[in-house]
Amino acid sequence: MNSIILSALWGVLMMYTGVVSRSNKAPGIMAALGAALLMGAAWLDLNGVSLAPFDLHGMLEFPPYVSGFILLMSLCLLLYVLLSNDEIDRLTGHSADYLALIFFVMTGVIIVASFKTLLMMFLGVEIMSIPLYILAASDKRNLKSNEAGLKYFLMGSFSTGIMLMGIALLYGSFGTFYTAALNIGFLALSPLTLAGIVLLMVSMAFKVSAAPFHFWTPDVYDGTPSVFTSFMATIVKAAAFFGFLRLFEGAFGKLHEQWQILTAIITAATLLIGNLTAVFQQSVKRMLAYSSIAQAGFMMFALFAMNATARQGLVLYGVSYSLATIGVFAVLAKMKDQTFEGFNGLATHKPFLALMLTVYLLSLAGIPLTAGFFAKYYMLLAALKTGQMLWLVILAVLSAAVGIYYYFRVIQAMYFKEGADQEVETSSGFRATLLVTAVIIVLLGVHPDWVIALVNY
Amino acid sequence: MPVNYYIFLSLILFSIGIAGVLTRRNAIIVFMCIELMLNAVNLLLVAFSKMHHVAALAIDPASTVGTEAQLFVFFIMVVAAAEVTVGLAIIVMMYRNIHSVDINFLNRLKH
Repeated sequence: MNSIILSALWGVLMMYTGVVSRSNKAPGIMAALGAALLMGAAWLDLNGVSLAPFDLHGMLEFPPYVSGFILLMSLCLLLYVLLSNDEIDRLTGHSADYLALIFFVMTGVIIVASFKTLLMMFLGVEIMSIPLYILAASDKRNLKSNEAGLKYFLMGSFSTGIMLMGIALLYGSFGTFYTAALNIGFLALSPLTLAGIVLLMVSMAFKVSAAPFHFWTPDVYDGTPSVFTSFMATIVKAAAFFGFLRLFEGAFGKLHEQWQILTAIITAATLLIGNLTAVFQQSVKRMLAYSSIAQAGFMMFALFAMNATARQGLVLYGVSYSLATIGVFAVLAKMKDQTFEGFNGLATHKPFLALMLTVYLLSLAGIPLTAGFFAKYYMLLAALKTGQMLWLVILAVLSAAVGIYYYFRVIQAMYFKEGADQEVETSSGFRATLLVTAVIIVLLGVHPDWVIALVNY
Repeated sequence: MPVNYYIFLSLILFSIGIAGVLTRRNAIIVFMCIELMLNAVNLLLVAFSKMHHVAALAIDPASTVGTEAQLFVFFIMVVAAAEVTVGLAIIVMMYRNIHSVDINFLNRLKH
């Protein structure tokens, strides 16, 4: 609860920072401070300390598993703010407003992670989405950004409508919004309940961009300014998945066998479509958009398996994927040429950046000694523990192999191809943050048990 | 009136909304259809709320069971209003740049 209050208040504070201070540095410092405080607030939640007495009426809950996730997402937010503040400032000229929106999104993220009723889930998803529509369209003169904003907005509100219909139908058959009260488990589902579950699954699949509802993702991620794509594709996506899992585990966990086949189909389709289309992309940004669909396929395994391993694995996956993607996008946002050719010879001219990018890309590909490996390992382990549909695990391993191809194309361009030197302005603070991100990724690759310990705190 | 009538009416409204979103090309009309979907849900929630409430009243005259959906409707209205402000701002911004609100324009991003 501490973290919700703090991030909502900090969003308001950020707006005032933009009014009061004329300096370019102030908003960035304030935002980094806010993210660090958010980590502290989540740590207090984790230890069961509440800064003010609140009666939540059982609408939100903060077990260690949820607070740990919020803590890790706040860490990602801190790194994101440190890496992106200069770029937001350069793009918009007044970064305080946009950082305020980012804190409002973070409020939604926390609500989506901790809801116990469908009402809170709906509000959380909306608080998360509405500021993102603005961020997507933030480059006002750029037509691609306009289109990304409009498309994201139309798709987002369409899926909200579908979600609300699902909630209404479930309310009709159960007469309550509390997820625990929905989780009764019937042998024969009434048509009302069945339609409600399917509609909720469709709308959540829209939000996490799982196939066949992924079609908006590449266009929106490509059109949105890179700094904001980095936020949309990481923290928001991980939180949407976390909410997806919590909803289906909390409300329909006892009916798991009845909808498991549906998640298996979505998982397989997402893995195939994401990986196969990512191979053919010419622009690195667009490749990352498709690869984020492919990574969503791996995260879908949490819903397919739905056991303790899957729950831990999803948190680990969310963190490792977010850290690596934030890092890649931070460098990408500074580059002028965002095609694969743009990366030619980066290792000779900018060896440090190339090394950092290599670590992130290795993590995304799931190479051992990086966090991405254990994230994928836990997901597949969870699926194996269910003992069903082995073909899905084999498919996942094969598509991870395809993934290595397109991630290594960037590494190959950096190290084994000749290219002209290009201007990439980086401050020493930026480089230090990149290094910290890479170190965390490697540390989690050696000690995934740290995240697991946090989840089981 | 039996609750079935309300269910059918709101499902019809919802379907009209979905059909509009999928077929119309004018951003404003697509937007109106999305609002129609949300309002269909509002109608359905109020009808279900009344249904559950009447059933609970028969057992306990002081019962408040079934009223939470009516609160939910207010939240939906607030969120819809927030979406309208952001959505119309985006549409206006697009109109300023290209002097059109045609969705087909979006296909330009495909390459």
